[in-house]
Amino acid sequence: MSQVHLIVAEYDSNHLKKACLSAITAAQKVGGTCHGLVLGKGVKHFADAFAKYVDTVHYAEHDALEHRLAQPDAKVIADVAKSAGATHVWAAATVNGKDVMPRVAVRLEAAMASDISSVVNEKTYQRPMWAGDITGTVELHTPVQVITVRPTEFAPAEQKAAGQIQSVSVDPGDVQMKFVGFDEVKSERPELTEASIVVSGGRGVKSPEGFKKLIEPLADHLNAAIGASRAVCDAGWVPNDWQVGQTGKVVAPKLYFAIGISGAIQHVAGMKGSKCIVAINKDPEAPIFQVADYGLVGDAATLVPELIEKLKAL
Amino acid sequence: MKILVTIKRVTDYEAKLQIDSSGNKIKLDGVNMIANPFDEIAVEEALRLKEKHDGEVCVLSIGTADATQQIRAAMAMGADRGILVKTDNPLDCTALSQVIAHVAGEEKPDLVFMGKQAIDDDSHQVAEMVAERMGAPQATQAYKVSVEGDWVTVVREADGGLETVSVKMPCVVTSDLRLNEPRYASLPGIMKAKKKPLDERELSTLGLSIKQSMTIQKLELPPTKTTGEMVPDVQTLVSKLHDVEKVL
Ligand SMILES: Cc1cc2nc3c(=O)[nH]c(=O)nc-3n(C[C@H](O)[C@H](O)[C@H](O)COP(=O)(O)OP(=O)(O)OC[C@H]3O[C@@H](n4cnc5c(N)ncnc54)[C@H](O)[C@@H]3O)c2cc1C
Ligand SMILES: Nc1ncnc2c1ncn2[C@@H]1O[C@H](COP(=O)(O)O)[C@@H](O)[C@H]1O
Repeated sequence: MSQVHLIVAEYDSNHLKKACLSAITAAQKVGGTCHGLVLGKGVKHFADAFAKYVDTVHYAEHDALEHRLAQPDAKVIADVAKSAGATHVWAAATVNGKDVMPRVAVRLEAAMASDISSVVNEKTYQRPMWAGDITGTVELHTPVQVITVRPTEFAPAEQKAAGQIQSVSVDPGDVQMKFVGFDEVKSERPELTEASIVVSGGRGVKSPEGFKKLIEPLADHLNAAIGASRAVCDAGWVPNDWQVGQTGKVVAPKLYFAIGISGAIQHVAGMKGSKCIVAINKDPEAPIFQVADYGLVGDAATLVPELIEKLKAL
Repeated sequence: MKILVTIKRVTDYEAKLQIDSSGNKIKLDGVNMIANPFDEIAVEEALRLKEKHDGEVCVLSIGTADATQQIRAAMAMGADRGILVKTDNPLDCTALSQVIAHVAGEEKPDLVFMGKQAIDDDSHQVAEMVAERMGAPQATQAYKVSVEGDWVTVVREADGGLETVSVKMPCVVTSDLRLNEPRYASLPGIMKAKKKPLDERELSTLGLSIKQSMTIQKLELPPTKTTGEMVPDVQTLVSKLHDVEKVL
């Protein structure tokens, strides 16, 4: 039987997120027809953009879909999946994807695999468990399946001839939740999960001022995104959204700096896929050196300014 | 206000894990077990809500008889009573959500407080599945929670910032790490906990038709990275990144 995939798009104020293009790549590994779904209000342009990657885009527009509320979104995703005859429903394992897809699974009586790192066959997937300490191979046994995809493990899909766009009629169902507001962390820097270089700081940078004096100038010079350990986010030195790790963001840039970060497994879970990892830590025994490609032992307060000087001289 | 809090018994996050000979299970002999840290945070938040708005906090765990330890620990923090649904076979997320929604159907809580994810399977599924089964709204990854009338307002840790949503009770809320710092149990709390009611039931007595729809075929330790190299100074580091790795 041939497989029919429905991939849920994700976008921010002005672009489709790369993460959902990774979900398309994962679906393509199973093989079959790929449908896309764009939900929202006044976002037809994202349907046009998404059509460049899939055969058909279903465009669901409704006032109730303006904000990403799990209750109406799940109903609409499940309704479209049924009418499209989807065997697999996919989304990126972002905060939104994690929020809505388990509800979709219940509506479709589908088994679900979260945050997969590879596709074995049309019902078997690998996924990190125990903070990435263990890789599990899981098999789903239902006719319809729901899968969320770890974006760093799949390259974004390539563009092709544009597919067609179909508007779908929307019934959001009963909704007992309201969007109140969004306090966005504004930044001129590249997005953490999409940046090619990430500079992360931990408790070893000592203070919020240390973060400003060491991490920010290095990131500025490299046009890098900034990440952080949980300890630093919890202390309120930087926004929570910057946390890298098991319970924060998963990143895999071509270059990752871990500065003053001990390398607890929960942190490593979010960055070990990076191509080249540099660790700077004053403790030669710090576990971070076990995952680093290059390790430098010493005081970040002197080494980082020296590093910035040497980079400027290149 | 009546709050049902779910607690999963999981391996300690500091434990060194090994896979048993079956190839699809973790060896649990000698491994320290704890309450899932997110669930402890959920218990704490539920207790704070009770302190403010009155009511009752009931904790629920599904698992082996050993999970009574985690239930008693939550009672020592202040939870009023506990329910253990006993099963020796670990359930998948779909099945767990059926059991939790079933108990919620009997207990009729205003709020089901859960963890955003279990730190063993890292699934991040059960709470959202429970909400859908209850036909209830959800607010996941809570950073701040407040209650007014029938509505719970939650500041969530979303991608790119903090999102605020309001959900009508009955609802499901899940905790994120920074919601609070769970209290330690006091000695009198521990003594009292021993006498609080704990209802132990066999899964088979709930009358549910549980369908496991996922199997774990294999667990593996990921390949260890061939160790990198230590560099003596900043100049060497910059040369390596520039000339060898070509990442600058
Ligand atoms: C359920 C759970 C989930 C978690 N999720 C995450 C997560 O998603 N992400 C995450 O990061 N953590 C997470 N953690 C926390 C994690 O276990 C660690 O506690 C945390 O990563 C430590 O942060 P740190 O490395 O900044 O601090 P520390 O462990 O205190 O390390 C500081 C490091 O700085 C070094 N240092 C000190 N001074 C200097 C100096 N002058 N120059 C250079 N180096 C210096 C020290 O040698 C040390 O290695 C989680 C924990 C739990 C229990
Ligand atoms: N066996 C269980 N018993 C009680 N609660 C559970 C159990 N498994 C999962 N949960 C709850 O569901 C949340 C999310 O788990 P998961 O979807 O597995 O990541 C956990 O934080 C718990 O609150």
